[in-house]
Amino acid sequence: MKAKVFFAMSCAALLLTSGCVNVKPWERGALSDYTMRPDRDPLGAAQSEHIWFSREQSNGGRGVGGGGCGCN
Amino acid sequence: MNMPALNKKFLFTILSASLLLTGAQFASAALKVGDAFPDLFAQKLEGKLPESLKGKVLFVDFWASWCAPCAQSFPAMEELQKTYAKRGLVIIAISVDEKDAAMQAFLKKHPASFAVVRDAAHKLVSAVDVSAMPTSFIVDADGKVRFLHNGFHGDETKKQYITEIESLLKDKP
Repeated sequence: MKAKVFFAMSCAALLLTSGCVNVKPWERGALSDYTMRPDRDPLGAAQSEHIWFSREQSNGGRGVGGGGCGCN
Repeated sequence: MNMPALNKKFLFTILSASLLLTGAQFASAALKVGDAFPDLFAQKLEGKLPESLKGKVLFVDFWASWCAPCAQSFPAMEELQKTYAKRGLVIIAISVDEKDAAMQAFLKKHPASFAVVRDAAHKLVSAVDVSAMPTSFIVDADGKVRFLHNGFHGDETKKQYITEIESLLKDKP
């Protein structure tokens, strides 16, 4: 039984400690593509911002308290 | 925990192996100042290299079409070519673009009169293990890396290029 636990722990350790990926500088072409930019679509960005603002306002999102109704 | 000795050993081995494997990908064999620059003719680069590089001072630049500082560095390299080619400097720009079309589109915008080749398989750039784009190596007539630049910082970098190239061309027999 104990051996099984140790084996499972070892497998978990292998999975957890080898999961890091280092993207090399010459492999960053896809990451620097225009489509990866969050501001590539101004209308979409404005909509997302409005949704975020409405949702988070009750928690003081963007520094102003109150709201949360999504009506501003 | 009362752990049998064998299991302890087993666990230790597995953990050590996993840590070693994880560390291996961060281990760097990056080319540094003083090292011999790899033979460019042995790298299966796409494009035409100058016929002979032996005894020449080389300026080898790794770049990509998607890299903004690389676009800024091209006019500087063009200036170096115009000034120092006749004195024996050879500039080789090695693109790491995955698509040839992307490289050609870049070259239309930023024409180059120096040699431009492509390391499509990323074999050379992996061996050299550059830490930024662009990275430039200034190699002396004996084939040794004498200066190394990570990134391009406008006029400041250009001035350094000029000082370093001048010093190597002076040393040249």
